[in-house]
Amino acid sequence: MTTEGAVAPSRSSPVSAPAASRRIGPWRRLAGTQNRNVWFWVFVGPFLLGLLVFVYVPIGWSVYLSFFDAHNTVTPTDFVGLANYSAMLSDPAFLSSLGTFAIFAVVIVPLTFALSLALALAVNRSRAFAAFYRSAFFLPTACSYVVASLIFKMSIFNGLPSGMANWILSLFGNDTGVPWLAVADPPWYWLVLVMLRLWLQAGFYMILFLAGLQRIPDVLYEAAAIDGAKPGWQTFRYITFPQLRASSVAIGVLLLINAFQAFDEFYNTLSNFGTYPPYARPPLVYLYYTALGKEQNLGLGSAGAIILAVLIAIVTVLQLRFLRTGRSAS
Amino acid sequence: MNAVVGVQTPAQRVGRGARSALLLVSALIFLIPFYLLVRNSLASSPEIAGLDFTFWPAKPEWANFSAAFHNDQIPFGRSLLNSIVVSAVQTFLTVLLSAAAGYGLARIPYRYAGFITGMVLATLMVPAAVTFLPTFVVVSSLGWVSDLRGLIIPGLFVALPVFLFRQQFLDFPKDLEDAGRIDGLGYPGVFFRVVLPNSGSFVAAVAAITFLGSWNAFLWPLVIAQEPSSWTIQVALSAFNNSQSTNFPVLFAASAIAVVPVLVIFLGLQRFIRQGYETSGTTG
Repeated sequence: MTTEGAVAPSRSSPVSAPAASRRIGPWRRLAGTQNRNVWFWVFVGPFLLGLLVFVYVPIGWSVYLSFFDAHNTVTPTDFVGLANYSAMLSDPAFLSSLGTFAIFAVVIVPLTFALSLALALAVNRSRAFAAFYRSAFFLPTACSYVVASLIFKMSIFNGLPSGMANWILSLFGNDTGVPWLAVADPPWYWLVLVMLRLWLQAGFYMILFLAGLQRIPDVLYEAAAIDGAKPGWQTFRYITFPQLRASSVAIGVLLLINAFQAFDEFYNTLSNFGTYPPYARPPLVYLYYTALGKEQNLGLGSAGAIILAVLIAIVTVLQLRFLRTGRSAS
Repeated sequence: MNAVVGVQTPAQRVGRGARSALLLVSALIFLIPFYLLVRNSLASSPEIAGLDFTFWPAKPEWANFSAAFHNDQIPFGRSLLNSIVVSAVQTFLTVLLSAAAGYGLARIPYRYAGFITGMVLATLMVPAAVTFLPTFVVVSSLGWVSDLRGLIIPGLFVALPVFLFRQQFLDFPKDLEDAGRIDGLGYPGVFFRVVLPNSGSFVAAVAAITFLGSWNAFLWPLVIAQEPSSWTIQVALSAFNNSQSTNFPVLFAASAIAVVPVLVIFLGLQRFIRQGYETSGTTG
């Protein structure tokens, strides 16, 4: 289909092919039948140009920068080879940011997965008020991480008796309260960050699971019931969950990529008056302060961005392969 | 089995009741942060950060809302305006550019269309957050730092909407297009007068999702809008949060102004947004 266009007229009668190509001038050949080639570029060209300038060029440029000493400049002259990469990989702060991501991902990915699946199953079964429940769980998706951070930081986990979390604890007899975000040890801040992200994104994945649930044919459940499968766990284990495999794989990958990109809520709950504590810095927070902080070390930052891009690609491919082999085994 | 026939044992009825109660409680828990947002925006400072939990302000302080616009340090009104302009323009241009590109890739036969589709889709694999630094390098050398162009333009070239439109237009009925052609329309005529008007709900879905993403975006505006005059609302709220002399009820009034209208639109357009997420979530 894609080879139509300029070639099409000559293909219809091979005998007259030389004559045809002589008749078609260079412009007609370029423009294609019905000016198709021209129209293709009118439609696709603007987007493609932007994609080159704002995605492909930046990636190329930053590969270039990563081999230079680029403090405060985007046109460096001081070639340093792989020094930025080795500096990055031996920087304990960078490595600890990878550790922070790993901890966050290990907690948030399964938790969100389980909660959004549970919500989808419950909403899917509820007959009355299904629309209300769906909206209530979905609504936080429309809230920005900045505002969510404000609410969680100032009114739920502010560490004062007026904060909702400590007020609830006081109802159960704990009057001293917990200093949620104010201390590094014990790391209560993880609870705040996880609750926040769980609240904000569970409804989004619930919607994806609901769509998956609605694609499962009713016949399967009827057949299972006739075969004696009990509604509840058995039906879920042998019908619902296997049928949700495509959704589950997609959601697992999305959750991981989104956890990797976490920035907004970390920045807005943990930084105070412009300073960020030395702990709980996920990769993007680290990169933000390294490349755009006082130093403006764009060479080092670029090397970091490339290392992260490669890492996330590897993790995504591994995850997909792992989940796919799960399918072929079952 | 019983559920299929519609007869319930007492145990099943209790189970059903427990499930409904659990669902209701969960839904209410999910709404708590919104309640706190509204409560805080009407409260006085001691009521937010005092010694006791306050259910509802004794005397709602509506003045918090006007105070948000008369703040010396944080140009809240200007930021709100910037956000409206950035989100509206970005939404309009994203829909236009990516619908056109999606249509071209799906429906205009061209020798290299497959290769170009591959080029577009390859960028789906690169998380946007990893490219913020490289893109900042390019945008800053264009001189677009602290400039609305720097906020709007780089965000237009995202592969996902192109991919969604391409999938949508691959399934568009050929007969409708042919009818337009017989009436003498060329590619632009067919696109603007036949294809787009007949893809209304899909366009609405992409537009709603783009607007929401643009309105709530934080990292890119934080990086690029360095002068307060170019701040978006999220950057302004974050700066408010991080400034020493913050009056918290006013900050929450400002947050409510930023969030509540979006929530209302979100609920109104929920059906389209869900459709959009469903297609993008399972394909992207």
